[in-house]
Amino acid sequence: MKELKILAVVVFFTLLTYWGVEPYAHSVMHKHIESKGFQYDDLKPLAKKGDAARGAQTFMNAGCIGCHGLKSQGMPAPMDPNAAVASFGVNPPDLSNAGAVFDAKFLANLIANPEHALMVEHKFSKAGRSFPMTAFYGLGGDKDQEVADIVAYLQSIAPKAEEVTPKMAFETACGRCHAVHYDKWTQIGERPKFKHKIDELKFEEKVVDYQDKLTKYLGKLPPDLSMYIRSRGEHYLKTFMEDPQELLPGTAMPRVGVSKESAEKVIEYLADVGDSKRAERDSVGKIVMIYLFIFAFLAYLWKQSIWKELH
Amino acid sequence: MAHFEKAHSLEEWLDQRLAIKTLRRVLAEEYWIPKNINFLWAMGMVLAVTFGILVVSGIFLLCYYQPNIDLAFDSVNYTIMQEVEFGWLWRHMHAVAASVVFLIIYIHMFTGIYYGSYKKGREMIWISGMLLFVSFSAEAFSGYMLPWGQMSYWAGMVITNLFSLGSLELNGLVEWLRGDYVPGQAFLNRFFMLHVFLMPLIIMALIGLHFGALRIPHVNNQDGEEIDFEEEAKKYLAGNKKEAKVIRFANDFLSKDMFVVSIFLIFFFYLVFWHFDFAMDPINFDPADGLKTPPHIYPEWYFLWSYEILRPFPKDPGLIAFGFSQVIFFLLPFLDRSPNVAPANRRGLFAAWFWILLVDMIVLTVMGKVPPMGMFSTIGLVAAWVFIILWVALPFITKNEKAV
Ligand code: HEC
Ligand code: HEC
Ligand code: HEM
Repeated sequence: MKELKILAVVVFFTLLTYWGVEPYAHSVMHKHIESKGFQYDDLKPLAKKGDAARGAQTFMNAGCIGCHGLKSQGMPAPMDPNAAVASFGVNPPDLSNAGAVFDAKFLANLIANPEHALMVEHKFSKAGRSFPMTAFYGLGGDKDQEVADIVAYLQSIAPKAEEVTPKMAFETACGRCHAVHYDKWTQIGERPKFKHKIDELKFEEKVVDYQDKLTKYLGKLPPDLSMYIRSRGEHYLKTFMEDPQELLPGTAMPRVGVSKESAEKVIEYLADVGDSKRAERDSVGKIVMIYLFIFAFLAYLWKQSIWKELH
Repeated sequence: MAHFEKAHSLEEWLDQRLAIKTLRRVLAEEYWIPKNINFLWAMGMVLAVTFGILVVSGIFLLCYYQPNIDLAFDSVNYTIMQEVEFGWLWRHMHAVAASVVFLIIYIHMFTGIYYGSYKKGREMIWISGMLLFVSFSAEAFSGYMLPWGQMSYWAGMVITNLFSLGSLELNGLVEWLRGDYVPGQAFLNRFFMLHVFLMPLIIMALIGLHFGALRIPHVNNQDGEEIDFEEEAKKYLAGNKKEAKVIRFANDFLSKDMFVVSIFLIFFFYLVFWHFDFAMDPINFDPADGLKTPPHIYPEWYFLWSYEILRPFPKDPGLIAFGFSQVIFFLLPFLDRSPNVAPANRRGLFAAWFWILLVDMIVLTVMGKVPPMGMFSTIGLVAAWVFIILWVALPFITKNEKAV
């Protein structure tokens, strides 16, 4: 039929234009990177099997709690965020969930050589600054074994993978640097509801103070991630988290070393914040489509009934 | 005062006062449309419906939008998208409709070009159509400023800069347009005014003019045949519907329009729910930041072809070429020197002209988006020249066209 041929021509040129300005143009403009499955192949594999009971002791002796809190074990952070940021440039995260959120191999490498695992040597030792988290030099025994024990300990006290909520994953891995104001998250914690203006201003002062020092530490204030699920998309977020240097060479953002599952949770969190209506969009969409198909069918019958007298 | 009888029905009551029966007859039942047309003639109705969607969804958005540089981004991306019930739906409908309306406009325009519907009495339809195109462009551009994202800001910067007119360096004009040295509060306010008041008003008036311009020449048909509408209407009214070459606008043509509209709506809502990224550039979900230029600045897809006519040339010639591309479509009825009103494929060289123009504009569109480097600049430059040459050649090509 002639009208279908015309339609085919219209559809062809429409799709050609679409292909050119969307998939094709974006493939030219943006480097495409595939995720390597959060394997962290450049890092040294875990050689030893850790022992959690021994690790508890090693952990205490390693001095981690001089800087980090471990709330789930009744050890609050030694300093509040503002004091910590003044000493370190950034608030060392609470380690209660670290064993679940970070990849085990990454943790072991982080403990032995934090700068290297985080891929920030270009901003610290190579730039003549010292990195605030000290490397673990061992307690005199087999260092690899001691590191493995600490990792085993952190895993043993961490919630099970399925108990880690998207928000927990985000707080542990990203929350010390990135605000998410659509979820009231600031780098120093959740923004409370205030009864008195003065309390609000005091809180605001702390946030600004933290951000100023963080900016000094990183050279740049990390962006608020509220809408990043829409501005960057899932694929970018995933590959960027896995290896920031590949997409933004020279960036101050560390490779945080999340496990594959935790990366998905972080993305889910960002989607819950920036694209909270996606489930509703899908379900409303289906209903609208059903309605429209019925509408089109009725419109077709109406047209046929009128046009049979015209032809 | 005129004499009024007691009315026996609401219709009669209204008819006495507003002559609705006459209106209905003149505007619908005895507004004659050729029978020999295809679904492309429904694009005008699709455009009217899409414009309706834009107006209605826009009114809903307007209930929550804040034209303030500190609040605009969050009022759109948080309040409307997440807090207001179904705010996301109105926003997606509005954004997708703004993009799709241009797709349909381009189809509508190329239909007109293909069938020669811009000449022999139809010049004013074409010119009013082009005025609509320009007004829609202004409407779309001003709307794009409102979310105050990175692309709003930087596209606003780049486009208003064009008004310095190259070496004329009319920086005062640019500042006057912006109300500031760089886009800021004054800038956002005036584009808000343009977008929600002045441009819609102008567009509505122009749609009226466009419809009015259709009235006397009537719409064209698939063979460009000249129809004696009075004669054919008589046949139709005498019951000879099958033989008559005309049909009523309502409900004959309308029923077909509505079917095409229904198919269009399926396509449109599919995009709204599952494929909206093409119409809502990801970069515009980063808040405006005057200190951080995005690596790639490009306009929305429907402006890309004219952007690419600007870009490959040096500054001044580029602006002249750009100006040329903006006005040249207006002149089509006068540059086409052939008296033939017929589909392009029966018009010899003009057929080649038509298809080359179409493909060239698609090439320009794609090259307008990719970064202007290496091969892409060359292709863009060639395509821009092809565009210019095509229009310069048009009078010569059509002058000696054989009558069909
Ligand atoms: C001198 C203080 C200090 C000590 C001691 C210390 N850390 Fe840290 N740690 C930090 C700081 C500061 C950061 C944040 C660094 C950054 O984000 O740039 C950090 C970050 C971390 C992270 C998050 C890394 C990531 O990928 O985001 C983990 C996990 C961690 N430390 C574990 C440990 C463990 C386990 C120990 C003990 C072996 C330890 N830290 C000892 C200061 C310390
Ligand atoms: C030690 C602080 C730090 C931590 C922890 C951190 N980031 Fe970042 N992030 C940064 C900095 C600094 C930038 C700015 C980078 C730049 O522009 O060079 C950044 C930028 C980003 C960007 C924007 C990249 C772009 O294309 O502009 C994303 C997305 C991001 N981070 C996601 C994350 C996620 C997800 C996490 C947690 C898994 C995280 N970040 C943890 C410091 C951090
Ligand atoms: C966006 C706003 C527009 C609306 C609502 C609109 C609406 C319409 C309608 C309802 C018709 C009659 C039915 C049809 O032939 O499709 C029509 C015809 C026409 N329009 Fe438009 N139009 C718009 C924009 C344009 C533009 C941008 C152009 C090109 C410059 C244009 C050129 C024409 C021409 C040439 C005809 C006559 C077609 C023929 O005679 O076959 N219109 N328009």
